[in-house]
Amino acid sequence: MADDPKDPGRKGVSRRGFLTSVGTGALSAVAASRVQAEPTERAELLEGAELSKVTLILNGRSRQLLVEPRWSLAYVLREELGLTGTKVGCDRGECGACTVLVNDVPRYACLMLAVEAEGARVETVEGLMEGEELGHTQQAFVEKDAFQCGYCTSGQVMAVEGMLRSRANPSLGEIRNGVSGNLCRCGAYAHIFAAAERAAELKREGGGS
Amino acid sequence: MTLDRERPYWLEGVDLPDTPAQDEDIEPWDETKVVGKPLPRVDAYERVSGSAVYPADVVLPRMLYAAILRCPYPHAEVKGVDIGAAEKLPGVRAVFSAFSPEDAATRPHIEFIRERLFNSRCRYEGETVAAVAAETPYQAWDAVRAIEVEYERLPFVSDEREALDPDAPLVHDDGNQVAEPGTYERGDVAAGFADADVVLEQEYRSECEIHTPMEPHGAVAKWDGDQLTVWESTQGVYGVQSGVAGSLGMPFSKVRVIGHYMGGGFGSKLQSGKYTVIAALLAKKTARPVKCVLTREETFLAVGNRPPSNMRLKAGVKRDGTLTAMEFRGTGTGGAYRAGGTSLLDWVVRDLYTCPNVKTETTDIYINAGPARPFRAPGHPQGAWALEQMMDALAGEIGMDPVELRLKNIPAYSQARAGNPPYTTTGLKQCLEEGARSFGWAEARANANRASAGGPMRRGVGMAGCLWPYGFGSPPATAIVKLYSDGTVNLNTGAADLGTGTKTVLAMVVAEELGVDPDAVQIENADTGTTQFAASSGGSMTVPSETPTVRAAAIDVKRQLLQLAAEEMSVAVSTLYLMDGKIYSTADPEVEREPSGLRSLRRRRMLTGIGYRAPNPAGKVVNPFAAQFCEVEVNVRTGEVKVLRFLGAHDSGRVMNLLTYRNQVFGGITMGIGFGMTEARVLDRNQTGKMVNKNWHDYKLPTALDVPPVFECVPVDPGDREANTTGTKGIGEPATIPTAAAIANAVFHATGVRMTDTPINPSRLVAALAAQRGE
Repeated sequence: MADDPKDPGRKGVSRRGFLTSVGTGALSAVAASRVQAEPTERAELLEGAELSKVTLILNGRSRQLLVEPRWSLAYVLREELGLTGTKVGCDRGECGACTVLVNDVPRYACLMLAVEAEGARVETVEGLMEGEELGHTQQAFVEKDAFQCGYCTSGQVMAVEGMLRSRANPSLGEIRNGVSGNLCRCGAYAHIFAAAERAAELKREGGGS
Repeated sequence: MTLDRERPYWLEGVDLPDTPAQDEDIEPWDETKVVGKPLPRVDAYERVSGSAVYPADVVLPRMLYAAILRCPYPHAEVKGVDIGAAEKLPGVRAVFSAFSPEDAATRPHIEFIRERLFNSRCRYEGETVAAVAAETPYQAWDAVRAIEVEYERLPFVSDEREALDPDAPLVHDDGNQVAEPGTYERGDVAAGFADADVVLEQEYRSECEIHTPMEPHGAVAKWDGDQLTVWESTQGVYGVQSGVAGSLGMPFSKVRVIGHYMGGGFGSKLQSGKYTVIAALLAKKTARPVKCVLTREETFLAVGNRPPSNMRLKAGVKRDGTLTAMEFRGTGTGGAYRAGGTSLLDWVVRDLYTCPNVKTETTDIYINAGPARPFRAPGHPQGAWALEQMMDALAGEIGMDPVELRLKNIPAYSQARAGNPPYTTTGLKQCLEEGARSFGWAEARANANRASAGGPMRRGVGMAGCLWPYGFGSPPATAIVKLYSDGTVNLNTGAADLGTGTKTVLAMVVAEELGVDPDAVQIENADTGTTQFAASSGGSMTVPSETPTVRAAAIDVKRQLLQLAAEEMSVAVSTLYLMDGKIYSTADPEVEREPSGLRSLRRRRMLTGIGYRAPNPAGKVVNPFAAQFCEVEVNVRTGEVKVLRFLGAHDSGRVMNLLTYRNQVFGGITMGIGFGMTEARVLDRNQTGKMVNKNWHDYKLPTALDVPPVFECVPVDPGDREANTTGTKGIGEPATIPTAAAIANAVFHATGVRMTDTPINPSRLVAALAAQRGE
């Protein structure tokens, strides 16, 4: 998960940052997860937690931040950086409302620690904008009315955007699979499929994002 | 339960002002230029760009985060709460519980539950026990985990089918039956059954369904001295204002509630929650803004559900398709409190089809589980699950087509209401006929076997009908339309847009009347501090309530504009009219004036029009109707059901925006697929009484892979000129009522197996198929 073949240095940096900050260099990942299951010990353990430095390439710009090692990427984006286009629907990797692109691949930002994203290119729905103009995928969602309440929409847009970056001309089946990790309780799926097709068309016509 | 027009379920606990009658008669539209078009939403940009700020997105300077400790047991007495360790943790700024003075300061909280904020007797898993505010949500949860609670665990009952047993544990000390059974009777059912050629009797059950809107319930609260501002994810800011003001003993004018955007509600966000009051009290105690957004797990436990229903229906029919009698018994549970466990469960039996002899009885029962809240057409998908499968079975028994049987029994008036008032329009016949035609019902029905792929695959087609007894809209509602001197417009309405497209539809009404571009209409809505009264959006009432109101306001502004123009041009006002945003004269074809060119308007800078919602026609009923059709493919070896296509034919009056209308129909069908095929709350009724699938991994919502590749929408508009001045009826709820029953009927058509219990999932269906084969 934290391993990025394109960036061999990343794993070491993020793990070192994580372990240092909890103050127990010998802890393995397995032990860390066991600690999480024991709430009272965990509270004591974290009392002295230090903030870790993390650098993200966020929507094309390098950002340095201080984060608690346990903070999720979704939390940091929304509450620390004010990028609230990324939504949280479940905070446990079930709904996809927090989907962002990490190195062009759709990822659930609630399941990723901010420190894991060290050095990664992170794109949120705000990053698809061209100034005040909507990106192609966003524009397609407008035209096809591919949402109702709009709360899952950022995640749906990012899922479609990520799919189209790896597959420019998806079939309906590929589109359905491509957004199957993103729940929409309003049930706008049929329009989301149409929007994905339209987004592919707009990208072919216009290029760029 | 009776139908209460004065105090329907979605207005419980809300103070309704009277609005004055409209001061002039407004004729329904004959033709429209903007209304009805498939226009993209006026707030689409905000929703796809990420710039829309939902309540869960609000981040204020120095804001704290709240977390709530909830009872882990289905039934327990809280003996003591030790918050000492929690208070000392880093970042923790406030902790309180039932034993803190803050709780005593609140009044019984209106959440359909007249109870304390923190109850020492916890009657369901997820009841609030204590709350924390801290610098980060992580620290708030650390503190919640550090609170020590002494619980005395009590015996519990998790299944309403066992809760009336003599030895069942008591949820409330005076017994587990909420009230005397609700009863209804007309005619003589015994005589009706004696008249019938065929009588069938069947039991049905539908499982408890949880709303789980994508944005969890929650609020941000901020105090400025004695003034409280609340940002809440809600279907009605005025409903939240009533709840908060009532709980805290505050005047309305000191409680401002803002709900510009909200991420879905489906009935579960009609009012304030305990979380709202908790946010307000924590903010007061810390003198800092507090955000209290529930976790997903909490939304499964504590903020509503569609009650499970157990239904027994006996029905008689003559060979010619005449229904002679129906007898219905239903039980259900709204959980641990009085929350409408059988609300409207029998209404379709009473009123959907012509039948002279009907008897119903419904019994609401307490269990140790989270309280229900209204859920998209309360009682109706459940009642339709029974009635529409029964109609299908009756048709089979008398050898009649299921559509034909329904066509034989279409009522012109409401049989279940006192005095049998007529419907303004009944589009049910058209829904059945036009729906069947567009779907290719007869061919699909006849060819289903041939269309099957062979091997274990079987095709089937099914259909179901419905009505929705609300959906008429009503006063009170007030709207303001302001015309600026440059010809642009501002619309002010208290109505929330839940994602149904309310704002877009209302902007289109303004555009229709004033000839401006809908996108040029600036909208301020859903803010008790700045916008006019609108009831909470529920009951499929918002469009039929608000569109006539906004239309009246736009017409008021138009009247003032023409008056100004007539004075400036020294002509009779009766000769002037507004078309495509310009002023013309019937007396002089040369006259063509832009409003912005009027000196008198520039001097005034702005004209303000006010619109009120006129009453509904006396002695008549305005109801939406629908019929839905579907085709499924069943793998009889695995029990998997693939929904191949779905068609919704809906009479919801005038289509205001074809794009958002279709979205509502498809969304309602999708939710109905969940109700019929995937969703069920599972309580561990023997061991712990806890909900075992309180997350989206184990509780299955329909995903992109579960909806049919082909959706069709057939709008039926009977041209209702009596309902209201826009000819609208609601669409949100009828869109989900018949869906699950249509699927069950299609599965029966494919396999010959009658699935009487939801959800029709592979394990249940494969067991039923095995039983059919005698295995």
